[in-house]
Formats: sequence, C-alpha cells, structure tokens
Amino acid sequence: MTVQATIETGADLYLPQPATLLSKTVLTATEMLLQMRLDSGQELHHMPGQFVEVTVPGVGEAPISLSSSPDETEYFELVVRRCGRVSSGIHACRTGEKLGIRGPFGTHFPVDGVMKGRDVVFVAGGLGLAPLRSAIHYVLNHRGDYGAVTILYGTKSPFERMFLDELDDWSRRPDVKFLETVDRGDVGWRGEVGVITKLIPQAKIDPAKSVVVCCGPPIMYKFVVVSLYALEIPDQNIWVSLERRMKCGVGKCGHCQINGLYACMDGPVFNYADIVGMPEAI
Amino acid sequence: MITKKLGVSRLADWVGTLIQHHQVYGPQARDGRFVYDSLASPKQLRLDHDVTVLPPRKYLMPPREVLLKYSREGGFQPVIDSSPLVLFGVHPYDVAAIIQMDRYFTQDNPDAHYLERRKNVTIVACDVQNASENVFAACMGSATVREGYDLLLTLVGQTYVVESRTPAGDALLALAGELEDADPVSLGRREQVWEDAQKLLRRQNLGTVPSELPHLLDRTYDHPLWRQKADQCFSCGSCVMVCPSCFCFDVQDDVGWDLNSGTRRRQWDGCLLSEFALVAGGHNFRKQREQRYRHRFYRKGKYLSERCGFVACVGCGRCVGACTSGIANPVEVYNALLEVS
Repeated sequence: MTVQATIETGADLYLPQPATLLSKTVLTATEMLLQMRLDSGQELHHMPGQFVEVTVPGVGEAPISLSSSPDETEYFELVVRRCGRVSSGIHACRTGEKLGIRGPFGTHFPVDGVMKGRDVVFVAGGLGLAPLRSAIHYVLNHRGDYGAVTILYGTKSPFERMFLDELDDWSRRPDVKFLETVDRGDVGWRGEVGVITKLIPQAKIDPAKSVVVCCGPPIMYKFVVVSLYALEIPDQNIWVSLERRMKCGVGKCGHCQINGLYACMDGPVFNYADIVGMPEAI
Repeated sequence: MITKKLGVSRLADWVGTLIQHHQVYGPQARDGRFVYDSLASPKQLRLDHDVTVLPPRKYLMPPREVLLKYSREGGFQPVIDSSPLVLFGVHPYDVAAIIQMDRYFTQDNPDAHYLERRKNVTIVACDVQNASENVFAACMGSATVREGYDLLLTLVGQTYVVESRTPAGDALLALAGELEDADPVSLGRREQVWEDAQKLLRRQNLGTVPSELPHLLDRTYDHPLWRQKADQCFSCGSCVMVCPSCFCFDVQDDVGWDLNSGTRRRQWDGCLLSEFALVAGGHNFRKQREQRYRHRFYRKGKYLSERCGFVACVGCGRCVGACTSGIANPVEVYNALLEVS
C-alpha cells in the first residue's frame, strides 16, 4: 500500500514556485539576461549576492545568481551562461514560458552592513559581473550611503563583455571610477590589455576606508587576494562569492562543501577572514 | 516504559501476527549474507544476523525517491511516497545512525520528505547476538542504544526481554498477547548482554574516543596517508553507499512519455565519486582522488561533528567489507594518523 501523502511536516524545501520568463536579452555569444516574475505576484525579496535554483521542467535545476537590484520589485533578473544541460535548457526557453524558482538562498554582499559609509571596490571577473551587478545597482541607487565607488571589470576578450550600455554609463558617471581590461584584445580594442590584477594599483584604493567585493572564476581569487594583500587591505574588508556544485541549496545534499562550510548556506558570499587558510576555499 | 519477557518459542507467532497487521521489514539471509527485505514469513527473520549489506537507511532515505511531479504548463506538485512500516531487528549501531539522520534532516531546514517517511517507521531494535568481522561499534559508543527505538529486544538465554519506549511500540507488543513482566533476574542478564556487547562489538580497536577525532583531523590535513590510501582508490563509492551515516544526494529530472510531464527524484550520491564536485563548464572542485578520499573522513569525522554534533560513523564496519581496495577502514586510518600526530 503506497499513498501519496500531503505535506504536514512543514514547507517543502524542494518545491519550486512557478515563474514566468518575461524577456530574454542576448548579452554575449554564451550569456543571456532573463527577466522573470513569480506567478504568485509576490516579490522575491532577495539581497545582492544571493542565488535562486531555477528549474526547467524536464531538464533539471541549477543555481543561478540574482543579477538585478532588490529595488526592482516588478521582476528579477538572472544572467545565464550556456555551458551545461540546465543552462542550455534555460537558453532554449521562450518568452512567456513557465520555469520554477526556489529561493532566494545564501548569504549576500553587506550592502546594508559594513559597505555603508565606506569606499566600495567591486572586482568582477567575467561572469562574476552578474551577481556584482545586483550590488552595483543597489549601491548606485543609494549612492549617498557610500563613499567612493570603484568598479574593476576583466574579461577574457572584448566579446565577453556584458551589459555594454551599463559599462558605458558607469565609465561616464562622475561618481564612479570604472576601469576595465581584457586578457587578449583584438583589432578594435582600444582599452587596457592584461589580467584584472593590473587594474588594482590603478584604482588607488584607500586600504583604511575601503570594502572590496569580488566575484569571478576560481583562478581569479588567488591573484586578486595577493594584490589586495600588497595594499594591506584587512581580510575582514574583503568579500568574495564562491561557486560550487549545488543541488539542494538548503544544506542537505552535501555537494557544495568548502571544507566545513556550505556554499549554499554559509555562502556563496564569504568574508575573506572566515575562509582565509581554508584549503578548499581559494 | 513497558518491559516484558517473550519466550524464544513465541517469537515466530508474534512476528507472524505483526506481518498480518503491518508491512514488516527485517534482516534475512541471502546468498550467504544478510539483507533487509520485506518479511513474508517469520521463518525468514534472522535476529542472529551479524550485519546487513545495506543499512536500514534505505527505508528512510530510499536509493531513489521522487520529490515532485511537474508538467510544463501546470507547475509542480510535491510527492511524498510513504506508508507505515515496521523495521524489525535493527542493530543498535544502525539505530544510532538513524538518530544522526533524524538530527541531520531536522536541523536548520527540516526536510519534509525525510520527516514524513520517518513518522511512518516503527523501529524494533535488537541487541547484537553475533558480531561481524569488521565491527567497532563499541569504540563509537553505539554497541548498545537506550533511545531512538520503539521496541528493543534482547536475547537472554531462551527469552527475549522486550522493552517498549513508545505508544507505537506498546501497540506492536500488544499483538504478542499476554506476556509476563520482565523480572529482576532477566533484567540483570540483559545488563550483562549490554556489558558483553562492549567487548563483542570491538573486533577492531580505535585508539581514541570519537570526540577526539575532530581534533585529530585538525592536525592531519596534509598527512601523506591521504595520498597513499587514495592511490589505491577506484572512486567507486562503495564505502559511502553502504554507510548508514552518509546522507548526500543528487537530484535529477525524468521526463514522461508525453514529453510534457515528469518527475524529479533524488538519489544517493557519494563524495568519493569523481563528479561529486564537478560544475557545469568542467571545473572540478575535488578533482584529485586524494581530495575526495580525505573529504569523506573530514565530512564524517570533523565537519558534521562541528555542524550537527555527531561523528558520522557508528562503527558498523560495512565500508571495510565493501571497499574493493581495502582502504576504507576508518579504524586503520584514524589509528595511523594517531601514530604520527
């Protein structure tokens, strides 16, 4: 005898909420910006740096960072790189199609905490701009709450640059210092060439007043942290967002462990002081 | 708490009655080993088993479990596929592992799928009569248990002392008919069985106490032993699949024939498997066997201890027998680490 029970034991951790894909915008050859809304009409109530688990029915579920500011209440945005089964499934979805959302999950950048009143330095490597964009929008929406704002952005090549209008806007704003570089230029590229650490000395970061927020590929952190050390920025003023394989998003499936920490619950945003010396972190 | 005496000769009748009223699973012999399976007849039940191939975890967290149904237009419906069952003859170390699992799935974010299943399970524990060759439960504090079960059976001579701790246990015991209360003599003999269990379930000897393991691991992360052992690891995951204290899972979708609806399931996964920490795009956060091999010990011996307050090893010794390379033995690993640190 097998019965299909209803859930009396509390909310079902694994049950997605239906959501609708409002629009798709091509950002690069592999990155797509999705605008979505929960079908319940409720806001997501996320903070910059948090992520959601996105379901493509029949394909699967994957963790994706939120890329829009919490100030956007009509929709939320995700940047999805096409590189696996689920992300390819997301790219194949049409506007109006139904997806599933769980979350928001995880820790967030301290936009309402230690970043306030301080100089803020964003260090974005490649797709790392996606989660940082949420924090950047938030900080720029509440510009008066923060000191100097610096955005450092590095990509492999000019083709991988995302949000070109926004990059242009940031580079023109008098209240933002925007510096970018590409690992390899091309004939049309007039900007800086080299890895992102090249920008750090140029940024003229005041170690006493700054909070540095980083997101990028695993290899980037090794070098960025060394550069920040050279400037004597204290560990507790450095924040990083770490990616790991995730299934459940709620601390049960065991996949996202970074030594004793869970990227899904203790992260993805970590204070560097909490992970320094942890062999699996960086 | 009710404690009764049940003559060995009456056990079969009682189990027969239980089978008529409940779905009962218990240890039975198969191909020279023991497995948990559903009992069709009391004759199948082997309370003298030493250890089962898989722990009873498979009834609380099945190897594959549907979490939800979906349709492309209609959204998501939760599925909890669970019905009442009795686990009969669970050894104390496996009860200890279920206690750990209860804490793991209740703490922080309660897991409704696990908890709903758990509510439906009545546990009839049974003190160990024959020890398996690799057991070290006595070193892990799980040679005997005093909680986590509904009924506990202890064989003393030709009699079982049957203790009920819960109303569900009382209800099962009532099906045995009129029973005498346990007398001081049989209770005294039961105490002796428990004392003997501390020797019986120590076929291997851990050179320290479980609470010291996190500290031991604190100072041995870079020990050459991890590499030496891992060099012989096939990354087959056998050690974690047979473990009563391994809870990690993968989640996958299945599509129905109509290509419109389907199910999402979770299934056992293991940190020894090469793709456990692999992300889309190809980066593997534990690419080296050594990293995965070490992680198993740290997860169980240190990380879960810090997070949930228990060392996720109950000393059943199943991993020792399951490992094709003979490298999974926790006692061997911990004792070797103790020697040099």
